[in-house]
Amino acid sequence: MNIVVCVKYVPDAQAERTFNASDSTTDRVNVDGLLSELDEYAVEEALKIVEAGEGEVTVLTIGPDEASDAIKKALQMGADKGVHVIDDAIHGSDALATSLLLAKAIEKIGVPDLIVTGMSSTDGIMGVVPTMLAERLGLPAVTFASELTVGSGTVSARRDGDVASQTIEAALPALVSVTDQINEPRYPSFKGIMAAKKKAVETWTLADLGVSADEVGLDAAWTKVTSFEARPPRAKGTIVKDEGDGGAKLAGFLAERKFI
Amino acid sequence: MAEVLVLVDHVDGALRKTTTELLTIARRLGEPSAVFIGSGFDAAKEGLAAYGAEKVYRIDADLSGFLVVPQAEALAAVAAQASPAAVLVASSPEGKEIAARLAVKLGSGLITDAVDVQSDGAGGVSTTQTVFAGSYTVKATVTKGTPVIAVKPNSAAPEAVAGAAAEVTVPFEPSALAQSAKIVSAKPKEKTGRPELTEAAIVVSGGRGTGGDFSKVEAFADSLGAAVGASRAAVDAGWYPHSHQVGQTGKQVSPQLYVACGISGAIQHRAGMQTSKTIVAVNKDEEAPIFELVDFGVVGDLFAVLPQATDAVAAAKA
Repeated sequence: MNIVVCVKYVPDAQAERTFNASDSTTDRVNVDGLLSELDEYAVEEALKIVEAGEGEVTVLTIGPDEASDAIKKALQMGADKGVHVIDDAIHGSDALATSLLLAKAIEKIGVPDLIVTGMSSTDGIMGVVPTMLAERLGLPAVTFASELTVGSGTVSARRDGDVASQTIEAALPALVSVTDQINEPRYPSFKGIMAAKKKAVETWTLADLGVSADEVGLDAAWTKVTSFEARPPRAKGTIVKDEGDGGAKLAGFLAERKFI
Repeated sequence: MAEVLVLVDHVDGALRKTTTELLTIARRLGEPSAVFIGSGFDAAKEGLAAYGAEKVYRIDADLSGFLVVPQAEALAAVAAQASPAAVLVASSPEGKEIAARLAVKLGSGLITDAVDVQSDGAGGVSTTQTVFAGSYTVKATVTKGTPVIAVKPNSAAPEAVAGAAAEVTVPFEPSALAQSAKIVSAKPKEKTGRPELTEAAIVVSGGRGTGGDFSKVEAFADSLGAAVGASRAAVDAGWYPHSHQVGQTGKQVSPQLYVACGISGAIQHRAGMQTSKTIVAVNKDEEAPIFELVDFGVVGDLFAVLPQATDAVAAAKA
């Protein structure tokens, strides 16, 4: 079974994330970036499926030069090859444009049996690109999988919702997005790190995908950020030490604020 | 005035609070039209009228057992007929998926996780979102197509306004793709009787400091009529179900009051609760980063502080 895993290079959530003042896009250059943590689960799941049978895992990303780090990490974990879509005209693309580019790249790779993604990115956290991608490719999407079983011609997943734990089944080819509950992503081994250096990474531009520059990027985006503002730090609150009366003081505060 | 479509979020006709919030927001932007999919129409209609729905589009197909594709198709069919000024859905995982497919179908811009939606005065919409773990507020607009906006719970105070709720039945046949993914079985979660986490006015959460014993957290939550949340550490340890996880990879909540018990306040957790109106914490470690966020904090053992607070709340309410 061949699998494509879509991954994203994101600013480190532990760092001070910010925007580019000139065009209100996410700053992806001046903040340390990495493979989105939530995508590691997708890479791991794809590797497990292929290791249990046969086939290969292709890791696909869109982003600036630095985004090759995300591919490298996935290759070190064990993915077989990488595709990096890179073009200056892509800067500022929104979810619709991103899903368009992913769809075109996957068509060029050849629509695989299974597309695996994380549940969302850790920067934009919209969580809609997987579903948009499935819609563009005319595929069923099984989202937020916490357990995955691939059968012949079908994929089934457990999804833990608020009111029920569901088992969902879809016909292949399909797209699956996985949660951080599904597995424990491996760390790249020394052997994996060495092997990754020899793995092929193709870089494709918009022209390679047959997408014109005016279909993507900031100017073509379907949405526009009109302003961004750092939230003011919260005013320093009252902190008391419990000296046998902490609970009563807490209840007193809640009464004062009319919660009780 | 142009119609604004609201996808009704309901359980067998019982409206969820988000629906009345969306109708209230829709009224700011145009004429609210509800889109009702599923069973229980008669039960829902009265509530939709009471919150200002002028029209109610009724999709009569039985779509139970299917995932979101048929709902997106049905909503697209209504949008084609109504030419709305905007489409509003609840920013739940399911709502966002419907919105994602709809946006592609309509070639329309999509904004999710909006905490406020206003008219931009020029026939468009202006949304507010909080991003990067609640550290920035972003205003955005949709520049192409019919704006599709997924709105978070608690983003508006529902206003009761009488609407005509004129019924329009929309014939609908799901596509083959819509039927290619199915729910084959569902195991209902045990009912706790507590409010739903993302909709609750008060949330009391427990973390590593509970050591796995959530009884004091639950008792305090119950005294306040609150929902119970958990940090990732507590969920990863298997102490509380993942569906209660508050944080980046769990639920993002924005209640009137958030009480963090034995939670250090790592960025992963802050991303899920930082926009709460009032924040209270109980933690043994006075250096815990959660104390940087709080309106009121108690440095102490939650097993001593919470029972005393629970008794005091019960006494105050008696």
